[in-house]
Amino acid sequence: MSGNAALGEAAILSGCMCYFGYPITPQNELTEYMAKRMTELGRVFIQSESEIAAINMVLGASVAGARAMTSSSSPGMSLKQEGISYLAADELPAVVVDMVRGGPGMGNISPAQSDYLQATRGGGHGDYKTIVLAPGSVQELTEVIPLAFDLADQYRNPVVILGDGMLGQMMEPVDFDNIVPPKAYPKDYILTGAKGRPSRMVRSLLFDTKEEEEHNWKLVRKYQRMEQKEVRYETFLIDDAEMVVVAYGIGARIAKGAIKRLRRENMKVGMVRPITAWPFPAAILQELAKTVHEFFVFEMSAGQMIEDVKLALAGKGHIHFYGRPGGVIPTPVELYRIIGRHYYTATRRKQQ
Amino acid sequence: MMTRTIFSGFGGQGVLSMGFTLANAAMLEGKYVTYLPSYGVEVRGGTANCTVVVSDEEIASPVASEPEFVVAMNQPSFNRFQNILSSGGLICVNASLVNTDAARSDIEVLSIPTSELAEKLGTIKVANMIMLGALIKGSSIISFDAMIKNLAELLGEGKAKLIKLNKEALEMGFNYVKE
Repeated sequence: MSGNAALGEAAILSGCMCYFGYPITPQNELTEYMAKRMTELGRVFIQSESEIAAINMVLGASVAGARAMTSSSSPGMSLKQEGISYLAADELPAVVVDMVRGGPGMGNISPAQSDYLQATRGGGHGDYKTIVLAPGSVQELTEVIPLAFDLADQYRNPVVILGDGMLGQMMEPVDFDNIVPPKAYPKDYILTGAKGRPSRMVRSLLFDTKEEEEHNWKLVRKYQRMEQKEVRYETFLIDDAEMVVVAYGIGARIAKGAIKRLRRENMKVGMVRPITAWPFPAAILQELAKTVHEFFVFEMSAGQMIEDVKLALAGKGHIHFYGRPGGVIPTPVELYRIIGRHYYTATRRKQQ
Repeated sequence: MMTRTIFSGFGGQGVLSMGFTLANAAMLEGKYVTYLPSYGVEVRGGTANCTVVVSDEEIASPVASEPEFVVAMNQPSFNRFQNILSSGGLICVNASLVNTDAARSDIEVLSIPTSELAEKLGTIKVANMIMLGALIKGSSIISFDAMIKNLAELLGEGKAKLIKLNKEALEMGFNYVKE
């Protein structure tokens, strides 16, 4: 199944009742899949007139209590940022999928990782955060989608799936056995008509500065809870590593191929793969920095996640970087050569 | 073991479905597999290609910069992809359309007159399946017998009446290639 179709099926099995989307390559297969399946199931599918309309339809569905999702790719995600900011301010759950393509501007339609900062820093205006999940395979998509819907409901916050064009286009074997029917979350904030109960209000306009400040601190406390509880990552061969690669999504997958080659030549290289790009797995890097001096950041961008690695290491260790922006997909062999050279010079420096 | 194959040709020659069928057959054999269609500003009648990686272990990248096998259904595809084939690799060529005089000396060329063979079966539409049969014989990426056994599942629902024709086409390509 293609990543886009697997994502759609995972969302449906996770109880997604409403999907709103506006076409953009390379995530069109998701919209296509939802158009067919959602209508078959009698759920809501709307191809909106724009990305901005789609994200605001998600807001409307969410405030009415439905599990709602929208998806786009880089240029479309820029348009959705206003709506995501409102979702965060209103504390509404939503799942927003970004199949990243080359940028900036219209860019191209090749896979890229150049929207990391937009996704992990909130992206829109105001002090807010979204949980950002970055799966690395089609199978993992089926694991993070139910998680995304649950986290969104649990924290009442938008969750962003940070994929890339390749993850969406690529077909791999996939099973959905891990997805269980969704839990029921208390929906004591939704607008269902106030008959027989006091009226509720969902709004982000708070003219009173003290009220707005208190709302901000409330959000901050929520983000702190996420940072404490929701960090997810995968490690690969870090026990004896002298160099640790940090990469995510499809980049981590290419890096894993490179590391397997390096290991065959006895180069002790391991990897930390953030599954949550936000909250970033800083603690594991701090822990590793006690024994490892060399860190290697690889991204299909000019260097965005490297900022989080620098913040996590807080001056410890030495950070190497290799990036390919613009939608270029480096091969495992290319990465093997680059990491190998950095490893070699680093260990030789150490010996001197 | 890992094998990377690029299928290429005109849009409409069944290039993507060749790759998709191989990928599914490998999946039913329990292998790790990725299928990546080319996704550019392609048009009908233009060129199309896809990459299939089949492996016994986890696959790092679905992209093949140096594939072991290439299927070229038309001349532009042959010219383009023979250059990235790994040394000693095999290129299966649609001899009905492609001139292989300019082939590299360090690769193996398997010429299959797919159009002529397909006409014997009464329809040009199965030219791609003939080619796929020939590729499997030449490459041993997957087991041919297992693939034939799983053909009904591979073609999907609603294609039951086409099983016989596709089976004949695959066998014709497979048997055309001598050991």
